[in-house]
Amino acid sequence: MTGHIVIVGYGMAGARLATELHARNGDRKVTVLGAEPHRAYNRIMLSTLLAGKIDEPDVELAEVAGQGTDVRTGAPVTAIDRAARTVRTPDGDLVDYDHLVLATGSRAVVPPLAGLDPAALPPRVAVFRTLADCRRILATARSARTALVLGGGLLGLEAARGLAARGLAVTVVHPHPYLMERQLDPAAGAVLAGTLAGLGVASRLGVPATGLAADPDGVRLDLADGTALHADLLVLSCGVRPDTDLAAAAGLAVDRGVLVDDRLRTDDEAISAIGDCARPPGQGPAGLVAPAWAQARVVARLLTGEDPTARYRPRPVVTRLKAAGIDLAAMGDPTGGPGEELTFSDPARGTYARLRIHQDRLTGAILLGDNPSVGTVVQLFDRGAPVPGDRRALLLGRSLGNAPAAPAASPALMPDAATVCQCNDVDKGTLVRCWREGARTVDEMVAATRAGTGCGGCRQAVGGIADWLSEADSVGTPR
Amino acid sequence: MVLRDTDDGRIEVQPRQFPTNRGGLCQKGWTAADLLDHPDRLTTPLVRDPSGTLRPASWAAALDRIVDGLRTVQRAHGRDAVAVFGGGGLTNEKAYALGKFARVALRTRHIDYNGRWCMSSAAAAGLRAFGVDRGLPFPLTDLGRTDTLLLVGANPAETMPPLMRHLTEQRARGGRLIVVDPRLTATARQADLHLQPLPGTDLAVANALLHVALTEGLIDREYVAARTEGFDAVRRTVAEYWPAEVERLSGVPVADLEATARALGTAGSAIILTARGAEQHAKGVDTVSAYVNLALALGLPGRPHSGYGCLTGQGNGQGGREHGQKADQLPGYRKIDDPAARAHVAGVWGVDPAELPGPGVPAYQLLDSLGTPDGPRALLVFGSNPVVSAPRAARVESRLRGLDLLVVADFLRSETAELADVVLPVAQWAEEDGTMTNLEGRVLRRRALRRPPAGVRTDLDVLADLAARLDAPDPVPVGPGAGPAVPAGGPVPGDTPDRFPTDPRVVFAELRRASAGGVADYAGVTWERIESADGVFWPCPDPDGPDSPRLFADTFPTPTGRARFHAVRHRPAAEPVCADYPLHFTTGRVLAQYQSGTQTRRVDALRRAAPHGFVELHPDLAARLGVGDGDEVRVASRRGELRAPARLSPTIRPDTVFAPFHWPGAARANSVTNDALDPVSGMPEFKICAVRVERA
Repeated sequence: MTGHIVIVGYGMAGARLATELHARNGDRKVTVLGAEPHRAYNRIMLSTLLAGKIDEPDVELAEVAGQGTDVRTGAPVTAIDRAARTVRTPDGDLVDYDHLVLATGSRAVVPPLAGLDPAALPPRVAVFRTLADCRRILATARSARTALVLGGGLLGLEAARGLAARGLAVTVVHPHPYLMERQLDPAAGAVLAGTLAGLGVASRLGVPATGLAADPDGVRLDLADGTALHADLLVLSCGVRPDTDLAAAAGLAVDRGVLVDDRLRTDDEAISAIGDCARPPGQGPAGLVAPAWAQARVVARLLTGEDPTARYRPRPVVTRLKAAGIDLAAMGDPTGGPGEELTFSDPARGTYARLRIHQDRLTGAILLGDNPSVGTVVQLFDRGAPVPGDRRALLLGRSLGNAPAAPAASPALMPDAATVCQCNDVDKGTLVRCWREGARTVDEMVAATRAGTGCGGCRQAVGGIADWLSEADSVGTPR
Repeated sequence: MVLRDTDDGRIEVQPRQFPTNRGGLCQKGWTAADLLDHPDRLTTPLVRDPSGTLRPASWAAALDRIVDGLRTVQRAHGRDAVAVFGGGGLTNEKAYALGKFARVALRTRHIDYNGRWCMSSAAAAGLRAFGVDRGLPFPLTDLGRTDTLLLVGANPAETMPPLMRHLTEQRARGGRLIVVDPRLTATARQADLHLQPLPGTDLAVANALLHVALTEGLIDREYVAARTEGFDAVRRTVAEYWPAEVERLSGVPVADLEATARALGTAGSAIILTARGAEQHAKGVDTVSAYVNLALALGLPGRPHSGYGCLTGQGNGQGGREHGQKADQLPGYRKIDDPAARAHVAGVWGVDPAELPGPGVPAYQLLDSLGTPDGPRALLVFGSNPVVSAPRAARVESRLRGLDLLVVADFLRSETAELADVVLPVAQWAEEDGTMTNLEGRVLRRRALRRPPAGVRTDLDVLADLAARLDAPDPVPVGPGAGPAVPAGGPVPGDTPDRFPTDPRVVFAELRRASAGGVADYAGVTWERIESADGVFWPCPDPDGPDSPRLFADTFPTPTGRARFHAVRHRPAAEPVCADYPLHFTTGRVLAQYQSGTQTRRVDALRRAAPHGFVELHPDLAARLGVGDGDEVRVASRRGELRAPARLSPTIRPDTVFAPFHWPGAARANSVTNDALDPVSGMPEFKICAVRVERA
C-alpha cells in the first residue's frame, strides 16, 4: 500500500518493522514514534551491559532514516482517534495515519509488596526492563557490594549473573521450589542453582517475599517465613505485562495483549499490533524477540503488498540462558506427554539433559551445562526435523560417528587396501610391495610410491609401516 | 614443479622446493604430464559439417569459418552479438590478449570468464573493503606462523593438499585451527574446533562472532579508530546477531561461537580465510564482507602473520582476474567505466578511448542470454567447459546449442567442445611460456618444456591470426545501429602487424605498460626478475623498486587510506527448502579431480582414485529414504536432476546432501544447482539449493 504508516513504539519490534519496511522499495511514508528518549537498542544485551562488559553505544541497533522514514524518539503516544485516524502526542500534536502499527511492548511487573509503591520505586530498588532501568541499577551497583534479585526466571537470572560479574554478592529470591520453573524440572533447577552458586549467585527458594523497606543506606526484603534479607540493591524481576493501555483506551479488543489475527490485524482493519503488546492466536508468553521479528516481517510483507498471503505462524519457543559458566537451553515440555524420554545427568559437573521424542520428533528438551549437541537439538526442535536414528547423537552431538577411523594399533592389522596417503591414493599394499622390491627407507618408499608428497600428513604412518616391515623382515617375510 | 624428458621418451614430473607448496604435489600434480601425449589430445581443428558431425579441417578452413561466422553475426546484429568466454587457467599473457582481442578486434562489450564462478565474491568484497583484491595480502608461509587460523568454507586437504603443510606447521607451533564447513571434511578433521553450520548461514555466523567479540571486549578499538571507517553501522547491525539467535539459525552452538571469537580475539596473531563454501552464494559478497568486518574489528589486516585472505582456486585464478577478462575490467585491475583507465589502456593499445566498449555482463547472465533476441549469437570459448561447470547447466547447454556460431579452443574434446561449430586445438601448459599469478599475488614463470605437437597452435597464435583476418577489409558494413563497420576506426591492415603479438614475452611487456599505475601494477615485473627471485609480488611499479609481499602495513589503497567496513545482514538462501524439495543440496570437489574434469577424468590414476560422481548423504537420511550405500539415487531440483550412486557418511548433516561437480551427463551436479546470482559479483548460488532425493 502507499500512504502513511505510523509505528507506535521503537523497541525491538518497532525498530525491526521500520527496517523491514525501509528495505522494501515503494512510495510510502513511515513514521516511528518511540517513547524512550534514545535510539533503538538491543534489549537482549542489557544484561551484558549490566555485567560491565560493554558500554551503552554497544547495545545500539542500526537505524533507518530517509527515503520516507521519519523516526521520532522521546515521542510517546497518548491517544488514538480511530475515526479520524490520528494519534496524539503529549504536547497535543496529531499524527495522521493510513495504517497504524502498535509495538508498545511490555512493562515490568511490580509485585504487590508491603511498602512498595509501583508508581514511585524507592531508592536502591529497580525493575529490569529498559535502558533507563539498567542505568538506574548501575548507578546503585557501582557502590554496592550485595544485591538481591526477586524472581528466578530467565530475566532475573540474567540480571543476577550480570551483577555477579561486576563482583556483587547476589541472592536470587524465588517463590517456587526451583528456578525457572516454567522451563525446567526440579532436577535441572537444582543443577542450575548449583552452577549459579559457583558463580557467586546464591538462591533462596520456595519463599515468597511479603514486603520491603528501602532507604539510602540499604534495602530489606521481608520473606513469608518471617526472615528478612538485607542488601545494597534490589532488582525486581517478576515478569512483564503487555502494554495495552493505549489500545484498550481506543476500544480495541484486549485480553492479556492486543488481540490480533494471523495477519497481526486488530479488530480495526487499519490497526495492527506486533511484539510483546500483541496476542496472536496460539502465541505464548510475551518477552521474546524471535516472534516479534517474525511478526514485523509478516506485517511488512502485507503492508507493502509484497505478499498479501503472508501469515504469522507462531513457532515453538526456545529459551536460552548463556553467560560465562552457564549454558542452558530449554524448549517444549520434556517432562511429560507421549513418546520416549532420554536423560543424562552429571550434577557434579553441572551437566543435565532431558529430552522427549514423539514420533521421531523432538517435543521438548532441557540441556544444561556442557552439551555439545545443543545447536543440533535447538535446530531439530525449531524445524521439527526427524531425530537421529542413534539417539546418543542427541546427547553427545556430532562427536558421534564422526571420529576418523582410529589408526590400527599396528600396521600388521591394517588391511592391504587401507589408504595410507589420501593425496596420492597410496594404500598399504602398495607400500609393502615397494618394500619387497627393495625400498628400505622412508625416503625411498616415498620416492617410489609418492606417499606423503602431498599434504605430508601421512609421513609418520609411512614411517610406521617401514619400521614394522623392517622388524617383520628380521623374523620372516611379511604378510 | 619441474618437468624432465627421460631417456625413454617419457616426461617426468619432479617436485620443486618452493615456498608455496614446499615441494608437495598431490596426485593431480604428479600426473599432470600424462595429458601431454594423451591419445585424446586434439591435434587438428574440427569443423562441424552440414550433417552435424565434427570433422578434421585445416587451420585456414577453420579460421575462415570462424571469421565468416563472426562477421555474419556482427553484420546482422551488431558488434555485441559476439561474445568471448575465458578461463582462470589461462596465463596472464593469454588472459590479457583475450580481453584486448574482445575490445579491440571484436569490439564487443561481452567478455567474461569462469573465474566469475570462483573468486568473484571475495574479489568484490576485498575491493570494497581494502581497495584491492589480492587473494592473500601476505605470503602463504604466514599461515604457518599465525596463532589462530579460521578457515571458512575451505577444504584444502582435498582441493590444495600441499597447503596443508603450512597448517601442520601452524599447529606444531601450538596454533589453533578452526574450520567452518557444513561437512566434516578432511580439513575439518584436523581442526581443533569444527563449526558445522547449515549451508547458507556463514554470514550470520560471522556476525555472531563479531557480536561476541564486542561483548567480550575483544575489539581493537585503537585500530578501528585509526585505520578503518564505517564501524558504527556494523556494530549496530551485529547487535542483532547475538549467539543464541545465530545458534538457532545455523545450528552452531553458542559455546563454539564464543570459543571461536575468543580464539581469534585473544591470539597474538590470527588469519581468517574464506573459500568457495562461503563465497558461492547469492549473498557471497556480503558473506565475505562479514568475515572481513570481523578481521578489521580485531585489527588483523596489516599486522604480522595476521589478516583476511581468500583461497584462490584455479591455476591462474588471481592473474586471470586482473587483466581484462572480466566484463567490467581493463588490465591492471582497472575499471572499464573509469575514463582515466580507458584513456590509459586505449593509449597502450593505440586506439581511441571512445572506441573501447563499455562494461558487459557477468558470466552466467552472459551465457543465459546467448541466442536470445537481445543476446550474443556467437561465442568464443578459451580454456573453459561451462557445459559441466555452469550453474543450471542444462539451460546453459541449450543456450549454447542455440548459437549461430560456437568456437571452442581447447586441447581435449570437452563437453562444451562437443557442441561447437569449430574446435581449435591449442597448446598445453608445458608447451607455452608465460606467467601466472598465484593466490599470494606472486607472479610466477611458466617455462615451455617443448613445442606444441604438429597441428597445434597457441592461443596467442590463434588470437593474432583471427585479429588479422578480422582486420582485413570486409565489404559489407555492420548492421544498422551498430556504428561504424568492423574495420573502420581500427588500424589499416598491415599498419600494426604486432597489435596481437604471438611471443608471450612481448605480450607481457605490453601487459606491464597497460597495468602501469593500476591497482595490480606489473610495470616493474620482468621475466628475468621473476626467475631470479621466487616470483614477484604485485604491485610492483618500478623495475628497480621493491615488490609487495605484504600489503596494508601502513595504509590501504582506498581514497582515504582506511579500510571500509560494510554492514551486512543475513538473508535466506535464494531457494528455501519446502515440502516438495525438503533437503539442502551443496556441491564441491574431490581430491583426484579438477574443475569440470575434462583433464583429470582422462588420467588413469585419477580415474581409478575417483571413478565417478556420487551423492553423499547421512546414514539417517539414507535410512529414511530407503537408500543403501552404493544405491543409485536421483537428486532433483526445480531445474533438473542428477543420478549417481549414494555414498553414506556421518560426516554430513542429515538435512544436507552433497555431490562433486566434476562429472558430465547423468551425474552432472550442475544440472541441479541454482542460477540465482549475487547482486554485486554475479556469483551463482552453487552451494545451496532445495532438492528431493529418491532411489533411482
